[in-house]
Amino acid sequence: MFERFHQYAAPMHFHRLSRKLSPWLFGISAVLFVAGLVGGLILAPADYQQGESFRIIYVHVPSAWLSMFCYMVMASAGAAGLIWKVKMGDIMARACAPLGASFTFVALATGSLWGKPMWGTWWVWDARLTSELILLFLYLGYIALQSAIEDRRAAARAGAVLAVVGVVNIPIIHYSVEWWSTLHQGATVTKFDKPSIDVSMLIPLLLMALAFQVFFFASLLVRARCEILEFEQHTAWVRDYLRGRHKA
Amino acid sequence: MKNFSEFLAMGGYAVYVWSAYGLTLVVLGWNALAPGRRERALERQLAARPERRSA
Amino acid sequence: MSALAAAACVLHRDLQRARRRLGDLAQPLVFFTVVVFVFPIAIGPNAEVLRNLLPAILWVSALLALVLTLPEVFAADYADGSLELLILSPHPLPLLVLAKALAQWITGVLPLIAMSALLGGVLGLDFSTWVAVELGLLLGTPVLCLVGCLASALAVGVRGGPLLLALITLPLYIPVLIFGTSAARNASLALPVDAEMLFLAGLSVLALTLTPFGIAAALRARLA
Repeated sequence: MFERFHQYAAPMHFHRLSRKLSPWLFGISAVLFVAGLVGGLILAPADYQQGESFRIIYVHVPSAWLSMFCYMVMASAGAAGLIWKVKMGDIMARACAPLGASFTFVALATGSLWGKPMWGTWWVWDARLTSELILLFLYLGYIALQSAIEDRRAAARAGAVLAVVGVVNIPIIHYSVEWWSTLHQGATVTKFDKPSIDVSMLIPLLLMALAFQVFFFASLLVRARCEILEFEQHTAWVRDYLRGRHKA
Repeated sequence: MKNFSEFLAMGGYAVYVWSAYGLTLVVLGWNALAPGRRERALERQLAARPERRSA
Repeated sequence: MSALAAAACVLHRDLQRARRRLGDLAQPLVFFTVVVFVFPIAIGPNAEVLRNLLPAILWVSALLALVLTLPEVFAADYADGSLELLILSPHPLPLLVLAKALAQWITGVLPLIAMSALLGGVLGLDFSTWVAVELGLLLGTPVLCLVGCLASALAVGVRGGPLLLALITLPLYIPVLIFGTSAARNASLALPVDAEMLFLAGLSVLALTLTPFGIAAALRARLA
């Protein structure tokens, strides 16, 4: 049975699987989004302290979670490509980067929009927001490195090393920023998530997180297909596939 | 249950809440559509290449 | 030839090359000095504020000057083909790469630290803060140097060198910056700096053990 999954490490089979899967995944995520939004925007009661503005949590927190998850996927895929020479590893890592950067940007912007009514400023030197900003820089550095190197395979391998270095550094960065932040913020502790959250508020959050997650995979599959075409453009199977698709 | 205009007003925080959701919608929408467009353009571009003759 | 002898050879060669081009070594120092003096001009002549900010100014300027020297680490060897020879040599690449990083630290970083000591003294840092800044730089720059060499190896021969390297390395430098400046702040308040120094030392040890393998992997990824 393992053999069946093993074949998807090859770009040709992955491409075929991706074409079948991605529409379904987009559909499932759309359903989850509707459910989450109904729950979060309509059904959940307003927060005692923050009023209606807390509803931003339903986009802010899932995108922050996904931004981290995406980096882990990127680093793991890159490592697989680097260490075991799995081609799909290189491809997936490259496909992850713009997605991860998007999620990080959304997390930062929505965090800022949440912070402004709460703390009066667009930017708060909160440990989590600052760490998230550094994560965005890590993504941008990765993307810049990949686009600067012309040979795709070499670019993928270099990116993989950078991503692994990033993964090792992320806990260090997060810890030191948190240390820095609590030392100098002192009393003004920011609470972007509360220690105890009511169930009626929690369920939409989980639904939205799941929606984001499925969306991530859906978009990743399509991006991976583009990368596969670029990586494999000189192979016979791509030529046959294109001939089949575009009967001129 | 609130009425629709209260829903839109979001307790006075409308600008922030709806900007946040709008921004998310734009970014997610771009991530949903742009890869598909790129894939179609890539396929067209690669299909238009002249066939290589193998020896 | 043993591995250590080979590493010593690499070190010696890099030091010789630097000695022949002392003018090149001066550039980062001049840049560092200029940046350190540009900050107060921007901030304004309030002596109190400047004295408080001086450790941070020294640290940031040192970081920037360091980043700008990074493209050169592997550039000369890449240009004349000896980088490929290093990679193909039978000796362990991480060790050879460590020798190069050491050479970079000696020729590029130590002068910078000396200059920061001079400027810190001249611009009126009190003694304990001055010690904290210099000790922090001594303990923290090995990490900066090693991580910088890693980034430099990744971007060998690539266009847009210094800017790309700055984008890649500065996020990774942030922990060192945080602890270095925090130590200086504590010292100026007559608080102990052990925690920060130990953390910097710990980061350096971690970098010493892990980054040579990363740098070797980066070189092989780009050139093999």
